[in-house]
Amino acid sequence: MAVRTSRRMGYEGVVLAAPATTPYQRFSKETAHWWIARALRQSLQSAGLSPRDVDGFSVASFTLFPDTAVGLTQHLGLTPRWLDHIPMGGASGVVALRRAARAVQAGDADIVACVAGDTNHVDSFRRMLSSFSRFAQDASYPYGAGGPNACFALLTDHYMSAYGATREDFGRICVAQRDNALKNPHAVMKKPLTMDQYLSARMISDPIALFDCVMPVSGAEAFLVMREEDARAAGLPHAHIRGSIERHNAFPEDPIQMRGGWAMDIDELYAMADAKPDDMDLLQTYDDYPVISMMQFEDLGFCGKGEGPAFVRERDLTIAGDFPHNTSGGQLSAGQAGAAGGFIGLVEAIRQVTGAAGPTQVEGATTAMVSGFGMINYDRGVCSSAAIISGAGT
Amino acid sequence: MTDAILPPPKKDPQKRTRTQTLPSGLRSRAALGLTAAAAEGRFMLQVCGECGALQYPPRDACSTCLSTELPWRDIDPAGKLIAETTVRTSTNTYFRERTPWRVGTVRLDAGPSVMCHVHGDAPRGGRVRIINRLDKSGQGVLYALPPEGTPNMEDDPQLREITADPKFRRVLITDARSENAVALAEAFAKAGASIIFIGEPEGWRPYPHRAALDAIPNVQIVPLDVTDTASVAELAGEIGGKTDILVNNARFVRPGGIMDRGDTVFARDEMEVNYLGLIRLAQSFGPAMRGRGADGDNSAAAWVNILSVYAYSNMPAFGAFSASSAAAYSLSQCLRAEMRPGGVRVMNVYTGPTDDAWHQPLPPPKVAPAALARSIVSSLKDGLEDVFVGDVAKDLIERWRAGAKVLEREMSETDGGGA
Ligand SMILES: [Zn+2]
Repeated sequence: MAVRTSRRMGYEGVVLAAPATTPYQRFSKETAHWWIARALRQSLQSAGLSPRDVDGFSVASFTLFPDTAVGLTQHLGLTPRWLDHIPMGGASGVVALRRAARAVQAGDADIVACVAGDTNHVDSFRRMLSSFSRFAQDASYPYGAGGPNACFALLTDHYMSAYGATREDFGRICVAQRDNALKNPHAVMKKPLTMDQYLSARMISDPIALFDCVMPVSGAEAFLVMREEDARAAGLPHAHIRGSIERHNAFPEDPIQMRGGWAMDIDELYAMADAKPDDMDLLQTYDDYPVISMMQFEDLGFCGKGEGPAFVRERDLTIAGDFPHNTSGGQLSAGQAGAAGGFIGLVEAIRQVTGAAGPTQVEGATTAMVSGFGMINYDRGVCSSAAIISGAGT
Repeated sequence: MTDAILPPPKKDPQKRTRTQTLPSGLRSRAALGLTAAAAEGRFMLQVCGECGALQYPPRDACSTCLSTELPWRDIDPAGKLIAETTVRTSTNTYFRERTPWRVGTVRLDAGPSVMCHVHGDAPRGGRVRIINRLDKSGQGVLYALPPEGTPNMEDDPQLREITADPKFRRVLITDARSENAVALAEAFAKAGASIIFIGEPEGWRPYPHRAALDAIPNVQIVPLDVTDTASVAELAGEIGGKTDILVNNARFVRPGGIMDRGDTVFARDEMEVNYLGLIRLAQSFGPAMRGRGADGDNSAAAWVNILSVYAYSNMPAFGAFSASSAAAYSLSQCLRAEMRPGGVRVMNVYTGPTDDAWHQPLPPPKVAPAALARSIVSSLKDGLEDVFVGDVAKDLIERWRAGAKVLEREMSETDGGGA
């Protein structure tokens, strides 16, 4: 690949505001349209805006079928001059931010509403799995139909044998997140989780056990991208975008996933943000399974490859700890609302750096890293993304 | 080590027969190349015709150079099991009923990694060999086996889902009078079949090997004339619910094409046995077999048709017989589609001239009954769908694949000794 010579343009003058989370539910009779409408409305109301003020609209959802973002404009009565639909699951939050920020910067839109949401019907998860992607249909679903549980079990098994990680190491991530979730009134999981409970939980797809798996739920998340001057004029708390990266189908020659696309681009992210890992007050990783959070600690530069197990033994990942991680409880404890799982960390990070996180607030937080990971197209996650954002704090 | 399966208990007639559920049969068109290779038990993947890069999963363009020329080639099946899991909960009913289910990631020595089913004896983190076979939905799937044979390895419950092992199964072989009957019965007895029913037409007429048949353990000779609808229906009424493997062995063979025969008497007999006989058997035995595809260790497993390879391309010296074989071949494709919901395999065994009275004038090579029988049993154990027995059949199918029209012209030049 050619070495980039020109420096990327920064995101000066563009900010993130009005983070909104519609409280999740385990199952819902409502549609994705309903959930997306709720989050959009909540975000706009918190910014004192009406749907007519929105001239850019970005959507991520798995369960809109047969609609896309196009159908939603008519359904929700929006008349945007800039429209995006992001089919990248867990990477969609940062990708939505990247695209929307450039649109606002270029003047193609003034206010872009970025929304992700999905519903969870009693049978929708099974139906989504069987037709998730062509490679999944052809080459993974026929093998036990274990879905993402089985795919991540394979990655976890390989990671454990390659780097000597134990189940307890992954348990540290899950137990700390549950601790965080207990402070989040909207988290689906409301009971404490001990290491003993984690280790003795029933196996789902060895070595993945019950508390390694996210619970599919219904829910939606939203935020706005706008000019800094507009946010200031409206008196809205806002976060700056210091830098961002995305990468797809990185390292196809790896025999099994040991790293994500972050490893290709992380130096550029820190350079763009003029920051280093120690500057981060908190980290929001994409956490559909703890092994992928551990890989993010490594690939995002917080420790070396294979040092993830030692890292989680040394650090305290809770809100009050020395490495606050997935402060809302993450998907593992707050639930996975489909594509909104790609937004949950970003929306929480906007709240954190603007001092609006309430009970999950990390004291004095001004700078956060958010990373996304998505789409087990066949045997590995294809999309990765990350951003560094900062705000005025409390 | 695999636990040997035990003789299944006698069935409780009060109990409901388990309905066959299936693994997902949805595939892209490209992925059906794996299915086509699996029918013959070949491990093939796409190899780029321009840059030589191996592709997996199957696709429409080379992931190295974007060439769309991606022919299927036989691939070295050796590899290493680099990750594994045991699926304990599944969103698919078929697997949910069969958990725990072992799957893994195998890195092939040839390059790509594949997700596959894993045999219970495959060593964790160790060397394996990949086979490509049809699953219960009739689609090609990859399966990792230990590099060498292990005790009772054929009894692995996951492996038995893709094979049709005669062990403890009940077999019906049609046409006791055929030269193949003794060899077939012996081969199935040796493979551990619990009962071997042999259908005998015109029982009042003596034939030389009846005593030999009767002497084979577990053989029961039963009246069956495949040209008589009532006879087929009557036997199905008695044993249709316990026929796990049916070998359609009845064949009517006479030399001759169209003009040298002068009438349609033999042609009618050929169609009565080779074509209508298959329909009669399938109408009487098919529904019960299709309903018992998931009925425990002695579930209905396979329907075997012994067909002339001249079903693919007519051999004028046996021209009318070839035509009846072509009719039966076409019908077998229909039977496959109808049996598939029950997870019952239709295995076609194609043979060139067999070593019997009606092929006596033909020169060798000819297929001996014992070789045919061995091939049928080993192919059932191996989980195949299309089997070509003997040099003539193997040669003919190669030529047919290379060019059916060229073969047609070649066939008209031969005396029937080979294609
Ligand atoms: Zn190529």
